[in-house]
Amino acid sequence: MSAFSAIDEEREIDRDEFTPGIEPQPTWCPGCGDFGVLKALKQAMPEVGRTPDETLLVTGIGCSGKLNSYFESYGFHTIHGRSLPVARAAKLANPGLEVIAAGGDGDGYGIGGNHFIHTARENHDMTYIVFNNEIFGLTKGQTSPTSPKGHKSKTQPHGSAKQPIRPLSQSLTAGASYVARTAAVNPNQAKEIIAEAIEHDGFAHIDFLTQCPTWNKDAKQYVPYVDVQQSDDYDFDVTDREEAGKMMYEVESKLHEGEVLTGRFYRDDDRMSYGEEKRAVGEMPDDPLAERYFDEDAEWERSADLMHYHR
Amino acid sequence: MTDTELMWRIAGGSGDGIDSTSQNFAKALMRAGLNVFTHRHYPSRIRGGHTYVEVRADSEPVRSRGDGFNFLLALGDSFARNPSEDAFYGDEEVKPLTENLDELNEGGVIVYDEGLLEGDDVANLNERAEENDWHVYPLDLRGLAREHGREVMRNTAGVGATAALLDMDITHIEDLMEDAMSGDVLEANLQILEEAYEDVKDNYEFTHDLRAPTGEHDEQQVLLSGSNAIAYGAIDEGCRFIAGYPMTPWTDVFTIMSQHLPDIGGISEQVEDEIAAAALAIGASHTGVKAMSGSSGGGFALMSEPLGLAEMTETPLVLIEAMRAGPSTGMPTKPEQADLEHVLYTSQGDSTRVVFAPGNIRECYDQIRAAFRIAYEYQIPSILVYDQKLQGELRNVDESFFDREPNADPGTTMTEEEIAEAAHHASGKFQRFGEGDENGVSPRSVPGQKGGRFLATGNEHSPEGHISEDTENRVRQMDRRLGKLDTIREELDGADDSHQTYYGPDTAEYGIMVWGSHQDTVFEAVDRLNDAGHSVKALGVSDLMPYPEAEVTEFIESVEECLVVEMNATAQFRGLTQKELGRFGPKLNSFLKYNGEPFEPYEVVEGFERTVDGAPDVPEGTKFVPAAGD
Repeated sequence: MSAFSAIDEEREIDRDEFTPGIEPQPTWCPGCGDFGVLKALKQAMPEVGRTPDETLLVTGIGCSGKLNSYFESYGFHTIHGRSLPVARAAKLANPGLEVIAAGGDGDGYGIGGNHFIHTARENHDMTYIVFNNEIFGLTKGQTSPTSPKGHKSKTQPHGSAKQPIRPLSQSLTAGASYVARTAAVNPNQAKEIIAEAIEHDGFAHIDFLTQCPTWNKDAKQYVPYVDVQQSDDYDFDVTDREEAGKMMYEVESKLHEGEVLTGRFYRDDDRMSYGEEKRAVGEMPDDPLAERYFDEDAEWERSADLMHYHR
Repeated sequence: MTDTELMWRIAGGSGDGIDSTSQNFAKALMRAGLNVFTHRHYPSRIRGGHTYVEVRADSEPVRSRGDGFNFLLALGDSFARNPSEDAFYGDEEVKPLTENLDELNEGGVIVYDEGLLEGDDVANLNERAEENDWHVYPLDLRGLAREHGREVMRNTAGVGATAALLDMDITHIEDLMEDAMSGDVLEANLQILEEAYEDVKDNYEFTHDLRAPTGEHDEQQVLLSGSNAIAYGAIDEGCRFIAGYPMTPWTDVFTIMSQHLPDIGGISEQVEDEIAAAALAIGASHTGVKAMSGSSGGGFALMSEPLGLAEMTETPLVLIEAMRAGPSTGMPTKPEQADLEHVLYTSQGDSTRVVFAPGNIRECYDQIRAAFRIAYEYQIPSILVYDQKLQGELRNVDESFFDREPNADPGTTMTEEEIAEAAHHASGKFQRFGEGDENGVSPRSVPGQKGGRFLATGNEHSPEGHISEDTENRVRQMDRRLGKLDTIREELDGADDSHQTYYGPDTAEYGIMVWGSHQDTVFEAVDRLNDAGHSVKALGVSDLMPYPEAEVTEFIESVEECLVVEMNATAQFRGLTQKELGRFGPKLNSFLKYNGEPFEPYEVVEGFERTVDGAPDVPEGTKFVPAAGD
């Protein structure tokens, strides 16, 4: 019998279960795009059939890092940029968990960029939601890795001399097996994409455009947006790496020209997740490692049995 | 130490097989019934450079490198660059000879490979040999190796010659070769070994007195390093997850664990950097698995912020800090104990961690087990700090020492049944950070358990884990977390076996204090000092946080004056002791070394004599800092 009876429990799930009794009301600014993420996530959970007790939501630092204060599940609010390494170890330790990581664009593409590349490369079976508002919000409006070139802020008063990061292209190059962009202003698509990402067996990266009405007033509210899957103007094969790459480049360029393109840009359903790869080469146990510590009958190997190497 | 002990040094370049040859030689001596201890010296280079390993062997227990050595096997550096004296690294070709002669004791034996080294290239070799009563045997080891196999087998020829000159039985060496090799390689090596052995026996007239000591063990011995002992202690404590990034000398523990974990149902992760490594260990531990990570100085610096996260979220975590000479990249393959303050205080906020520094291989095993037990019982990070010395040295230990029961208990982690009974917020959230038990430990749930939901956060938080800046809650949470250190201290003080190690007569007049890896070198010095008529005892301290105030106070109070021996330039342990005890400034002298070479026992002897007699000089490379007010 599992020591984790919440995992894969079959029951009806109500989206209200994901609203915490302690802090039901987020402290985000009125009109903040972060509300859109929270709402879409709460809606997606019952759809994918996962309960609060079997879900681990790991966040970084920033306005977005507060997500798990306002979302009822197991939560780990980590340090700036480090949600991914915490999250992926949790998934390896107990693959039955639904692991979701979230953070801002500074958190994920800036300070945590190295972890983003390597987590995508390894294709851990988890969902990563990046709240992309093209600004540092909680620290009051500094230029972020996704701020457009020329963006003026207190730290770049004459305008940023840097090209913004291309998050989708970078994700694809690094090895993510599901890459999408959605926007807070597009709640139905956001919910659908989050649900797809959670159900995807591999690293699913969502670049989630979240407008910041307080510190990024110049930026668009990400309207009007176009869903590339719904539009006749765009035709590409989401499973074709090369076509996906071209499409992503266009999408990223157009955002700074004022055109908001959203949708699914890449998916590879054939690639094994990291846990499966690791098991296939014999580097990970078949049963969840976490279970073993709760099994009173478990036999634990002893170093005494390794002493023949040293005689 | 006895008059008959062997201190054999094999020297060559990195890549010449010095390490593996010396390991097998040490093991052969152990199998023959001797006690052995090895000391490694190597540069941070892939190929070439001055490398040696010393194997000390005696019928009596050996616990340190010796003073100098008495047998040199100079293989020659087959990867030498710049064979000229003026080159940046000097004339590397002759280094296996020249670099070692200064430390070779009187009456010592020299075997060098004349196939690679010209004795004539070494200034005054004959004069020096005569002066020091050295016995020199030039042998064409390279030629012999070429004849029967390949040139790289020169080390086997050298071992054969060594065995002949020391009148050793080569059976154990042959057995070990058969364990490690097969086919043509084995055949060639065996042939070279026997040929060299017979050749030296038959064709040379021995002028030296040194012979291999003989001895006998009462029970089965095993030869291993501090790194082995740390890995094995972790395995016995149920650790099945490690994350790391390579860095010398930490790589040793990481590699040993990675080799065994997949076979025993565990997971090893080599990741992008040390920040990730520590964060992965936290993630695994948070999920209910016993996990560890670690690094050396620079990599450990990157772990500072995750370490603080583990303190704040009360996530059990075990980290290793394998020190090497700093600052910055420093001297990557050289020992030093200069990261003490770094390990104690790195990361923002008040330190809430446990730090142990084992003094030898057995203590590595015992203290990593204690580190895990405390980390999971008290939900606190434990750090084991050791160094390149204890990492690399091999020593024989009774095999029965490791015949222990495993303990995989995840500590104060609840089952679902226990969670159902435990306190919850009205909203259903589990009170993960409540007042806790009498030790201030609030039992934890892990993700996936029904009814155990909580938020772990690096922000200050309420009992349910929600971010809170309430002043009363802040003080309550801080006091509870920090209070665990007092409880841990009480538990350690009340235990049957103290982590502090006492040596020498109780009533001695003077004391020597030491922490970590130099403990047994100091103990050897204590024996010599007492034999020479001094009255001295020693205390090896392993508990660095929480500090063993009562034990150290009692020790210092019981002596006239105390010498604190440590391998750093700023007397960090003496400083810690004075900070923790708030007194004894005028009683604590420091004896320091930071040139990259571990202390030799005679240096500690002379350092001590400087303390009591005011002898004018201390050995080159060491530094005496008198007590405050002296």
